[in-house]
Amino acid sequence: MMKTTLVAVAGAALITAMSVQAQEPAPKPAATAAPAGNIETGKKLWVSVGCWQCHGYEGQGGAAGPRLSARNLPFAGFSAYVRRPTNQMPPYTEKVVPNADLAHILAYVNSRPAPPQTVPALLK
Amino acid sequence: MSPKKSVDRRDFLKGAAVTGAAALVPDAIAAQAPAAAPAPAAQGPRAGAAPTPARESDPGLDPESLVLDRSGGDFMVDVLKSLNIEYVASNPGSSFRGIHESIINYGGNTMPEFITCCHEESSIAMAHAYFKVEGKPMAVLCHGTVGLQHASMAIYNAYCDRVPVYILAGNSLDATMRRPGVEWAHSVQDAAAMVRDFTKWDDNPFSLPHFAESAVRAYKIAMTPPMSPVVIVLDGGLQEDPIQPEVASRLRVPRLTTATPPQGDAGAVAEAARLLVNAQNPVIVADRLARTPAGITKLVELAEALQAPVIDQRGRMNVPSSHPLNQSENSGALIANADVILGLELTDFWGTVNVFRDSLHRSSRPRIRPGTKLISITSVDLYTKSNFQDFQRYPEVDVAMAADAEATLPALTEAVRKLVTADRKTAFQERRTRLDQAHARGREASRNEAMHAWDASPISTARMAAEIWAQIKNEDWSLVSESGNSSGWVFRLWDFQKHYQHLGDSGGAGVGYGAPAAVGGALANKKYGRISVNIQGDGDMLYAPGVLWTAAHHKIPLLTVMHNNRGYHQEVMHIQRMANRHQRGITNWHIGTMLENPNVDFAKIAQGMGVYAEGPITNPNDLGPAIQRALAVVKKGEPALVDVVTQPR
Repeated sequence: MMKTTLVAVAGAALITAMSVQAQEPAPKPAATAAPAGNIETGKKLWVSVGCWQCHGYEGQGGAAGPRLSARNLPFAGFSAYVRRPTNQMPPYTEKVVPNADLAHILAYVNSRPAPPQTVPALLK
Repeated sequence: MSPKKSVDRRDFLKGAAVTGAAALVPDAIAAQAPAAAPAPAAQGPRAGAAPTPARESDPGLDPESLVLDRSGGDFMVDVLKSLNIEYVASNPGSSFRGIHESIINYGGNTMPEFITCCHEESSIAMAHAYFKVEGKPMAVLCHGTVGLQHASMAIYNAYCDRVPVYILAGNSLDATMRRPGVEWAHSVQDAAAMVRDFTKWDDNPFSLPHFAESAVRAYKIAMTPPMSPVVIVLDGGLQEDPIQPEVASRLRVPRLTTATPPQGDAGAVAEAARLLVNAQNPVIVADRLARTPAGITKLVELAEALQAPVIDQRGRMNVPSSHPLNQSENSGALIANADVILGLELTDFWGTVNVFRDSLHRSSRPRIRPGTKLISITSVDLYTKSNFQDFQRYPEVDVAMAADAEATLPALTEAVRKLVTADRKTAFQERRTRLDQAHARGREASRNEAMHAWDASPISTARMAAEIWAQIKNEDWSLVSESGNSSGWVFRLWDFQKHYQHLGDSGGAGVGYGAPAAVGGALANKKYGRISVNIQGDGDMLYAPGVLWTAAHHKIPLLTVMHNNRGYHQEVMHIQRMANRHQRGITNWHIGTMLENPNVDFAKIAQGMGVYAEGPITNPNDLGPAIQRALAVVKKGEPALVDVVTQPR
């Protein structure tokens, strides 16, 4: 139960942080411009560097990490949080996940399909 | 001190008989036992001790003297029957062969019935969950050495979870009476010492009358909150030797009177009520609150008297999931905005109101606003041991009641009701309206979240929970598993109402609790015809999968759905954290943590134990039909398993 509470707080912080970063009006230096990402490469990296462990194979989230799929996250905010997470997530520095790889990962996450409109099994 | 008897036992054996009544009648025993002429003892007994039988020095014994009608173990069974012990779980052992034989023959293998287990950890965990369904202890028999060693983690779990398990440990104290070899390796001076740090009371009875008193006392102590496992060591001679007439004349089973749980101090209750009634944003947090089914009703009464939100930390089934005041999914915001928090049998009050960051430099910060008043009611304050640190960080509270929370609730509710004015009632009703809407929004949000990755493979835990629910929702069901590692989907999607529908977790987080606990919970549910459901972790199952055989052998109906993420996933995440911290090897998380190459085939394991099983299921569309087929087996009274390859959490 406490784990769920912590993740809920962390998840909100993550999503908020990513949104704030995206809204900052200051011009970005060329080094931090969002590189293009490849979805298939991103899928492999998503598993190999361990993102799936907390966020699920589909980015759907769970007790250990919030849902990232179907949020169309911006690279700036995504990168900022991954490099210096503010809650329980361990840091992924540029040394271990370069920006190019992070772009692939984000491409994969943002490619996850939206959920179905309704699911009969979930109807009240 | 050995309670062995003298050579006059030979005469006794020829004609002695002992009545089988729970409260023995000395005259009846005396009338049946012929007067035995005292014979010289082989050696003088110590003062107060029974004489030592000369087993070694009587090679010419009459063969008839090698048999007996009744032994001490029979009387021990009388005592267990008086305590209404329904089952005794055990992996058989020679140190308790005496009472084992008494249970199955003298006792008719009923009340208690012997449940054969393949590991003592399974025996204890079964008893642990059995209590949480049935509300009374189950007995466990084990060796006082290797059995208790095997059982120790499970005993620790029960201790942390405040659950009484009634443990009987066999031993051979008289060194001159031990068989050479194994009986020496399986003997110990102080059997309970290895588990004393996480049991509440233990004894090593010297005589049968002593056993009777200790057995009843142990039950009473185990069942007094805070509840806990207890240990009675049974000497082999006490179990196996005949009951001497002079002992028989003293045998009786003391009357059991369980202690009424302690209630909170009247002044503290009044202060708590004042704080809660005057609060703008009170929050009730419940963990191991509902000790009995009535605990749910009492909590709802208090919550409705205040129209206060309840956060269920799910150490027990505390509040129905459909009740609008159940705001467990909104706990973060509620705690952050609270001005008064009432904690009811919380495992970790400090962790409830603080955030702790597991980073290179560990840090914490309050989760609550300055000035928030904290009220704690917990029986754990009455009894805390030092060595094992399950008691968590010290919480700084404003009102601390060392009392049983469930027992205190009626007084607190009454005190609250007396203080509620018309103005407060209006405020409460407005709060209730907001909470009703929040509850409905929360349930809708959970259903929407569950749709993400609905068709994914590995199968999402939300999909798994939903598919199980679709099959059981119209049954009298009981979730007998921990379920903490599948992201709480069962709590977000199912409708929990009754006390036996959720049993909490292991207490001590000792992995390996899940599978045997599920079997133990299902054992308790069996006589009520309930459908027991277990969402089972793969790593947990592998500790002692032999419990599947126990379920098959004893025809314990149980639907097990594997949450098979092919690894010890918590440790996967821990190793990832360490690697990231070092900025090295961040792709090596699988070393020492994953259960693949080869993948474990749980369906084959289960089938090998005599359990109907299917799997591995990797296509989510196959899940519903597989669960349906397995459920049909369970409805016929047998266990069934479906292996499902799932998302990690």
